[in-house]
Amino acid sequence: MMRKWIPLALVCAAIALAGCASKRAVKPVAEAGAPRTEVGTEGSGATTAGAEAAGGAVVASTGEEAAGPAGEQLAKRLVYFDFDSYELRPQDTALVVAHGHYLASHPKARVRLEGHTDERGSREYNIGLGERRAQAVKRALLLQGVAESQLATVSYGEERPAVAGSDEGAWAQNRRVEIVYTQ
Amino acid sequence: MPRLHRSIITAFLLFGALTAKAQLRIEITSGVTDPVPLAIVPFARSVPADGGLDIAAIVQRDLEGSGRFGAMARADMLTQPTRSEDIRVADWRMTRNDYIVVGRLSPLDGGRLAVDFELVNLLNGQRLVSQRVVAAQSPAALRNAAHRVADAVYAKILGVRGAFATRIAYVSVDGLAPNQRFQLIVADADGENPRVILESARPIMSPAWSPDGEWLAYVSFENRVSEIYVQRVRSGERRRVSARAGINGAPAWSPDAKRLALTLSGSGGNPDIYLLDLDTQVLHRLTDDAAIDTEAAWSPDGRTIYFTSDRAGGPQIYSIPVDGLTRAKRLTFGASYSARPRISPDGTQLAMVVLDGGAYRVAVQDLASGTVRVLSRGRLDESPSFAPNGAMLIYSGREGGRSFLATASIDGLTTQRLKSDRGEVREPVWGPFSP
Repeated sequence: MMRKWIPLALVCAAIALAGCASKRAVKPVAEAGAPRTEVGTEGSGATTAGAEAAGGAVVASTGEEAAGPAGEQLAKRLVYFDFDSYELRPQDTALVVAHGHYLASHPKARVRLEGHTDERGSREYNIGLGERRAQAVKRALLLQGVAESQLATVSYGEERPAVAGSDEGAWAQNRRVEIVYTQ
Repeated sequence: MPRLHRSIITAFLLFGALTAKAQLRIEITSGVTDPVPLAIVPFARSVPADGGLDIAAIVQRDLEGSGRFGAMARADMLTQPTRSEDIRVADWRMTRNDYIVVGRLSPLDGGRLAVDFELVNLLNGQRLVSQRVVAAQSPAALRNAAHRVADAVYAKILGVRGAFATRIAYVSVDGLAPNQRFQLIVADADGENPRVILESARPIMSPAWSPDGEWLAYVSFENRVSEIYVQRVRSGERRRVSARAGINGAPAWSPDAKRLALTLSGSGGNPDIYLLDLDTQVLHRLTDDAAIDTEAAWSPDGRTIYFTSDRAGGPQIYSIPVDGLTRAKRLTFGASYSARPRISPDGTQLAMVVLDGGAYRVAVQDLASGTVRVLSRGRLDESPSFAPNGAMLIYSGREGGRSFLATASIDGLTTQRLKSDRGEVREPVWGPFSP
């Protein structure tokens, strides 16, 4: 998966107040009184004591998105699902076909398919369900002639709801695959 | 090239984030009809070394919180003895209490404190327990000493080891995506003394204690995909143990701590259960089915894995021998949705989430008889985890747009809620007994 670069300097400017040191989105923390150890997640793990002393600047990697194509169908990036189901619904066919045609005719374009579920049931099962949903969209895109290398999948299960709420209206919006153009 | 270097990075400031912890308060929502009546007399203090901590109040909260005990109001105590020889048993018997707990703090060399306590049976005047707990001079250590007093009283009266001096871990979440903040928190079993051991702008999931309570395994999406880490709780030292294509989820330590059961989907997106040897990194595939297989739990003898699978259509619980010599066996039939198995410390009970009359609830199935008891009463309850003494489960629920942690006795008679001041709290896991 190709990704955009943004100079780290920009980030540093953004967090100048806290001191720029951490490139990681997370911060493992020792229990009070124990020595703090920072272990890199990628082998580099550059987190300096300065950032820690400043009170904890947490740096997150977000974005990493491209605008993607415009157009009636192509502007739609959300595919919805029925409860505990990973079957594409007929009403979403036009949307998926449009993205399939675009990706097949733009081999440099890349998308990440993010699978999500509603909040009901167990969390790790929902990770499996979200992955199945992402795979269902991926299969439909492959049928349109999209190359496997253009597609990545990730499942967030119920961890990243689109809307808050514990009713069918919220749940229906959260059972989704987001088509995210990364290039 | 490290993955994060290729990301668009945005930053936000979280000054003081590490001290902003979700504090939990216990609220008893129901209790047994016939709790054991006892008097817990305020302990003689050691001023100022005890920092004003009320040991007897902590003991009382623990014991009452179990639903098994009803404590006498202090205002009704005519005397407040602090040693057994000062208890006028005939007078105390008239208060209709079965037992009395008395105690005192005294300073020791090296800045430590001794907590001496005694438990007396008021029906016959017999002294049942006389014990000393030594604690460092800190609020956390003194709280722990108080929990050990409660453990001793609980064990002597009920004949079951207490689990008050234990810890829980849970995940706390603030905000909605993309501005969420996730924290992995370790706290005392009563929710006090919370410590953030990890924080991230991306999901943290599925914490799992190592059998010795030194490590937590968990899933982190910090690099935008799911990865499994193990982190030493005391030091914060950690390592990534699985970052394969697709899902890396649902870690569970084997009872001998040598292996992790986990869920991997590969790039093909088919979740199955695998066993990862933590020393050699050798991976062994345990299930191979086109369905979603996930949420592995070990039997205490390490011979069986219990897991969730939708191979029959909806999610149900199955068991498979770790040696893989026989096929997976379906264990649940009573509900259209049964998921997230956990096995009691004695290996006889299966806790899970079931769909019960349109609500997701915590249930326990007796593995020998197949009998199922639904223990919780919410609509979105999940993530049950056994206390190390097997007497209680901790789980999370959601009500009125807020989430909470709660405990239930496995006989179904007692539930209590640990209320969070703010944010979402979820996925509680009860740690092992401390040595």
